[in-house]
Amino acid sequence: MAQTRLSLNDPVTRGLFYQALVIGGVVAVGWYLIHNTLTNLESRSIATGYSFLEREASFAIGETLIDYSPADSYGRALLVGLLNTLKVSAIGIALATVLGVVVGIARLSKNFLVARLASAYVEVVRNIPPLLQLFFWYALITEGMPAVRQALEPLPGVFLTQRGLWMPVPLADPAWKAMGVAFIAACFALWGVKRWAAARQARTGQPFPLFAAGAGLLAGVPFVVWLAYGAPTAMSVPELRGFNFVGGVNLSPEFFAILVGLTVYTSAFIAEVVRSGILAVNWGQTEASRALGLNNAQALRLVVLPQALRVIIPPVTSQYLNLTKNTSLALAIGYPDLVSIANTVINQTGQAIEGVAIIMGVYLSISLAISLFMNWYNKKIALVER
Amino acid sequence: MKKTILAATAAAAATFAISTAQAGPTFDAVKAKGFVQCGVNAGLAGFSNPDSAGAWSGLDVDFCRAVAAAVFGDATKVKYTPLSAQQRFPAIQSGEVDILSRNTTWSLTRDTALGLNFAPTTYYDGQGFMAPKKLGVKSAKELNGATVCVQSGTTTELNLADYFRANNMTFKPVVIEALDEVSAAYFAGRCDVYTSDASQLAGIRAAVASNPTDHVLLPEIISKEPLAPAVRHGDDQWFDVVKWAVYATITAEENGITSKNIDEHLQSKNPEIQRFLGVTPGMGKALGLDEKWAYNIVKQVGNYGEIFDRNVGPTTALKLDRGLNALWTKGGLQYAPPVR
Repeated sequence: MAQTRLSLNDPVTRGLFYQALVIGGVVAVGWYLIHNTLTNLESRSIATGYSFLEREASFAIGETLIDYSPADSYGRALLVGLLNTLKVSAIGIALATVLGVVVGIARLSKNFLVARLASAYVEVVRNIPPLLQLFFWYALITEGMPAVRQALEPLPGVFLTQRGLWMPVPLADPAWKAMGVAFIAACFALWGVKRWAAARQARTGQPFPLFAAGAGLLAGVPFVVWLAYGAPTAMSVPELRGFNFVGGVNLSPEFFAILVGLTVYTSAFIAEVVRSGILAVNWGQTEASRALGLNNAQALRLVVLPQALRVIIPPVTSQYLNLTKNTSLALAIGYPDLVSIANTVINQTGQAIEGVAIIMGVYLSISLAISLFMNWYNKKIALVER
Repeated sequence: MKKTILAATAAAAATFAISTAQAGPTFDAVKAKGFVQCGVNAGLAGFSNPDSAGAWSGLDVDFCRAVAAAVFGDATKVKYTPLSAQQRFPAIQSGEVDILSRNTTWSLTRDTALGLNFAPTTYYDGQGFMAPKKLGVKSAKELNGATVCVQSGTTTELNLADYFRANNMTFKPVVIEALDEVSAAYFAGRCDVYTSDASQLAGIRAAVASNPTDHVLLPEIISKEPLAPAVRHGDDQWFDVVKWAVYATITAEENGITSKNIDEHLQSKNPEIQRFLGVTPGMGKALGLDEKWAYNIVKQVGNYGEIFDRNVGPTTALKLDRGLNALWTKGGLQYAPPVR
């Protein structure tokens, strides 16, 4: 290798020179923006810093997962918003995945009607902006459902109104916690049984009724615990008192609209990803599995889907990220997500830059966490080359 | 109105703006260009609303016209800039408009940190509640457990929480960003009550409700919202002109001078009226205006009572009583310093 000379004619030096120039430019622009912002904020005597997070929020929030009152701090208000965002994202991702896989497979069905319905679903849903879909679902509830005093009661204790769905919930009891623990224990037990069954099948060729055993474990163990705690059945049943239903659990129109809207919208994209993933698996694989005597469902589950997943996971990860970021549309229909709460905080404190920085930081963290998890999963199912 | 939006917009502007442009004294600039650029609400029944031909009318609009009448002797020499709550402060600070007459609440921060000067209050407002008549609610004190529709990012949200806390009541807020969507949610029945400035509630009831008489405004007013026109810091003479344009309408009502009978008052022997209408010269010169400044305002726009009745009074769709906006002699708060 030729000796590096300090001249722009040398490719290495030239490369370094231009890279340094670009980095220097970026740093200079960044420094200019920050400096200029601080100077202007100071000249307009607008406060800076995060001390406002400790101050009393004094505004109310409609839906909270943790205790919150207007006497709590701005910091806690933002935490309430974050939890609401995570709630919609987590449930939305789970539902969109299930719906997307079903529709994606349906699009490949040999049944004409099923395949065409699935195609129509994908094309309609995918081509309407998500904000409009949210307005549609929101209006469907608030305009289409009866008023609180004329509530529909499809099942005893279940009320459907323009202010959402009210359902009875079991009253607090130590049994519920114990059942949760029992369920988690059952999951671990099932995992052990699965390993044992796989090993035995490999050794002896004997199949094991894993589905029945799993269902028995997951339902049976918590049921036994429930009986052991004296089988509590007390329920909190919603009843009309004053302006609204009191008691039970309420699924608000805002939550319903954002959840259903984003689930439906994202599921159409996931359906296309699933379809392309399945089509990417060579038809020969299906024929080979038939030759082995597997039926259609088995071929799909044991041969095609595991290979398709490798194609499906990376683009589905993007869809999960999109769904999470789209939760910020909640602002338009009044679901108190992080952006909606942060917006109020910004307006009350006047500290826009700090508020926006919090929003950006939170979305970045959530997105990176999802990416990390999906990359780990992708690596796990990747083709192991020998 | 009281959207404390200063933050988002000011900060966004702060990021790039190097300094606020100050285009010389506003008064000279206005006289040179020959019209008043007035920032108004993009659409609020009774306060500022364009008709199908694009002509603006309303209480806020009339005070822009009064200033034009005082400066140019012609109330039509106004150009309007419709502004959203977020846009309004940067628009007045940067010199895009000469007056901000957009149902804006006069508050300490706005008077100081935002660099504004507020002319006299043209409408004394306060936050109220609107409920469907069939709900049978007679007082806001009965609202325990109610669902309340409210626009986000406004001090309305804070006043609401304070009021329910002070009265040991609970409520469930439905907070939506766009005014149209909040109104739609309320009229669909998503909420039991709707809270906002009382005048705004009346305007929404008149404009949006399918049958306005199905909705009532509850008697409680839970905050002070003095709505006033504003000018930016840095031109005291212009501030004086805007201030006295408002006072002129009140002074005229105090003296029983209306747009109809003003010409008879030119013969008045009352020295105050003679000074006011420029029969005895001096007042116009002090303001840097024509001696006919007040005559032109009242003749072309009307006195305060006429402006009120024409835009928001009992015979209009808004059906608002004078209340706090009656003259001080009739138990209200409208009061003008002496013209001398």
